[in-house]
Amino acid sequence: MSPRNAARIAYLILIYGFLYLPILVLIVYSFNDAKYSLEWRGMTWAWYRNLFDDPDLLRAALNSVLIAALSATVATGIGALAAVALYRYEFFGKPLLQSLIFVLMMTPDIVMGIALLILFASLSLPLGFWTLLLAHITFNIPFVVVTVSSRISGFDRHLLEAAQDLGATEFQTVRRIVLPLLMPAVAAGWLLSFTLSMDDVMVSFFVTGPTFEILPLRIYSMVRLGVTPEINALCTIMLGVTLILILIAQLLLREKT
Amino acid sequence: MNEWVIELRNVSKAYAAHAVLRNINLQVRAGEFLTLLGPSGCGKTTILRLLAGFEPADGGEILIGGQDMRTLPPEQRHVNTVFQSYALFPHLTVFENVAFGPRLKRIRGEALRERVMDTLRMVKLEDFAGRKPGQLSGGQQQRVAIARAVVNQPRVLLLDEPLSALDYKLRKAMQLELKQLQRRLGITFIFVTHDQEEALSMSDRVAVMNAGRIEQFGAPRQIYEAPENLFVARFVGEINNLPGRVVAAAPPRYDIRLHDRVVNLKSPYVFGVGDRVNVLIRPEDVRIWRECEGSAEERAALFPAVVEGVVYKGSTVDLVIRLDSGDVLSTTQFFNEDDQAIVNLDFREGERVFVDWVHDWETILPHEE
Amino acid sequence: MRRKAQGHPVPMRIREPFKLLAVGAIYFWLTAFALLPNLLVVIASVLERGSDEFVAFAFTLDSYRRLLDPLYLGVLLDSLGLAAATTALCLLLGYPFAYLLTRMPVRWRPVLLLLVIIPFWTSSLVRTYAMVILLQTNGWLNQILLGLGLIAEPLELLYTEPAVIAGMLYALLPFMILPLYAALEKLDRRLIEAARDLGAGWITIFRRIILPLTLPGVVAGCMLTFLPGLGMFYVADLLGGAKTMLVGNLIRDQFLSARDWPFGAAASVLLTGLMGLLLWAYYLSSRRAGRGALP
Repeated sequence: MSPRNAARIAYLILIYGFLYLPILVLIVYSFNDAKYSLEWRGMTWAWYRNLFDDPDLLRAALNSVLIAALSATVATGIGALAAVALYRYEFFGKPLLQSLIFVLMMTPDIVMGIALLILFASLSLPLGFWTLLLAHITFNIPFVVVTVSSRISGFDRHLLEAAQDLGATEFQTVRRIVLPLLMPAVAAGWLLSFTLSMDDVMVSFFVTGPTFEILPLRIYSMVRLGVTPEINALCTIMLGVTLILILIAQLLLREKT
Repeated sequence: MNEWVIELRNVSKAYAAHAVLRNINLQVRAGEFLTLLGPSGCGKTTILRLLAGFEPADGGEILIGGQDMRTLPPEQRHVNTVFQSYALFPHLTVFENVAFGPRLKRIRGEALRERVMDTLRMVKLEDFAGRKPGQLSGGQQQRVAIARAVVNQPRVLLLDEPLSALDYKLRKAMQLELKQLQRRLGITFIFVTHDQEEALSMSDRVAVMNAGRIEQFGAPRQIYEAPENLFVARFVGEINNLPGRVVAAAPPRYDIRLHDRVVNLKSPYVFGVGDRVNVLIRPEDVRIWRECEGSAEERAALFPAVVEGVVYKGSTVDLVIRLDSGDVLSTTQFFNEDDQAIVNLDFREGERVFVDWVHDWETILPHEE
Repeated sequence: MRRKAQGHPVPMRIREPFKLLAVGAIYFWLTAFALLPNLLVVIASVLERGSDEFVAFAFTLDSYRRLLDPLYLGVLLDSLGLAAATTALCLLLGYPFAYLLTRMPVRWRPVLLLLVIIPFWTSSLVRTYAMVILLQTNGWLNQILLGLGLIAEPLELLYTEPAVIAGMLYALLPFMILPLYAALEKLDRRLIEAARDLGAGWITIFRRIILPLTLPGVVAGCMLTFLPGLGMFYVADLLGGAKTMLVGNLIRDQFLSARDWPFGAAASVLLTGLMGLLLWAYYLSSRRAGRGALP
């Protein structure tokens, strides 16, 4: 290996190290059999067991999964339809809509959070499950549109014309050609929405109330009190779930038909 | 019912402010192999898209089988398309691709299987029914696209440059197959291409298009041998253009001055004395005499010239020749087996030669800029 | 009897219900939950603070005036400085990294890219927490430095501005790398070869070819790091203690403790304005690079 290549690879390793070292430390310590020590005192599942003994935490986790699944499903429905419409049709205000989706994706979470808070307050909606769901659907939609659009733009426009040419109505074309071809991207969009929703702190912070606690906010309030092995374990589980969903999503997006 | 399976009356179409079709009139006979030939952007593909119903015309009438098509969506027209990109459904097998149309017509079970397999057999793909399009070669994909389009037994098959993605040899073979298929099925084919050789060799009639207009519509032979304007003459095959002026008129014969020569030529067009004309001569109609050939009197009637370039092409030798008048001609000389002297074609650059052409094989058109 | 078309022929009427559903759904949602809320923020920002309600319906520019108050202006400028420093560091570290990724053998690239995508999608709260573990007084970094004999006693790493920057860098670096990678990967290698062939040196090539063509990626990356860098209040909470305050913290406090919604809304409008500026820069740069304005 030339010195130049060695330097390149060293740089890559350095950055990857920076990205992964803290996470690895976190994971390792979630299994360390010591409450306050850095020293490795042996492997334990104790911290994970503690998590499952905390009914509030379990409730928050369940709430999070519920919100994530529901918001991902609705966002995928609306987002996928929007991607198809943007690809397929000309309609009034199409460039505006495209820009709006892009801007929405770029909007800082905190701006979206307070904007939705003000909306819900002016509608006198009590903060809780419904407001949280509406907010999560909103920030998930642009990610679904982008995921599905990038797949749809890869296909031959003539495919849809061919279907119609052979006698398919618009509905039959969508059902038999567009949807099957889009399925991987739609599924990937759903999974990515799910992870976004599971992990969101900023928007949720503003739009949920004390009646409906979710996992990331629970973690946030725990973390502010300091480092404990239980939080390490909880964060490790969060990382694990996210990792699995991302891997599946990436596999779906890479698969060639 | 009239004899036309397709009729376009004053059809026009524009994208934004750009007119792509201007007052197109076209009649197609049942069972005919018709080719729309023209350079890219001339509007030929747009005609197909209007016929298929993918886009509405801005004006004029489109009749298929005497029925006005303007309000009929693509799925209700008895017309099918073979796309340039084939547009095979990548997630369906070859069988399912071909079965797509019949299934929508509620054909099921054994009847469906029989119909699909018969069609696949016709394009020699019965052994590939279970494959996905991605596992086929370009030529095979092409056949699936054709099978998928003809399985519905359309009145008219529209083919949008279907052979352009294939390599030269495969294209030649497919041209022959398409022609045979068309005869067997008796379906009207409307074939779009920018390849003039393809157009001439396959079609019953050719419509040469340019800038949204049909420049000439006729049998391949008419198009090639009697082009109606300079565009058609130049687009369909190579042609030499000698500018001249009419010095005496006795229709259909005219004396035409070409630089310092006056030649007596025949033309169906009517010219007056003093009119500027173009005398068009195909390269293969040009005859070349070497210095050693013929007598001095014979040579006096010929155009003196110099060989500027020699291109050996196997069955022919192509020469670029500059007349002493300054005009440049390209010529094609065939090796003649009967000719005792094959060395005759062994031209050198810079060699002095004498030129004329097979009289009455030329075309005379009014002058165009 | 076939229905006669009236006026312009419309062969596509069968599509209408589906099209209406698809277009209508997204239009409705974005109007109700993106346009309308942001409009309300702007309205709230020019209203007076209420006593019973959160706002009182009287027009005032007081909230904007208060943003210029030295107390808040200091917070704003500090926050902008922190976010800018983070963005600059991300760009400095991320650009060479993204470039090197595009030079790696094709069969490794998907895996290497995936290793950037994973932190991109994982919770930045969890990752910020991981940073806390690393930087604690009895944390790893101190232990390593002590072990190497570089320092005599543990450093106070946590609750400092550098800790906040490190945390934001850690949370946001993938957001810089991915758009840069996307831009660099699209760059035609032959352009660089052509420039070398014409005698350009590496600096010229970078300045005249690579940078202008990847500028949209640079701007997109900066937008994705700078804006969250202003807002991520939990990074300042966890790594900066009470000492560092971001615009995000300021906004949050107006809504949660100070209960001054108009002022919080005004600060949020400011962030939106900054986003507008960056989007405009993105639009200009992508137009100059010869691509469409928006993806």
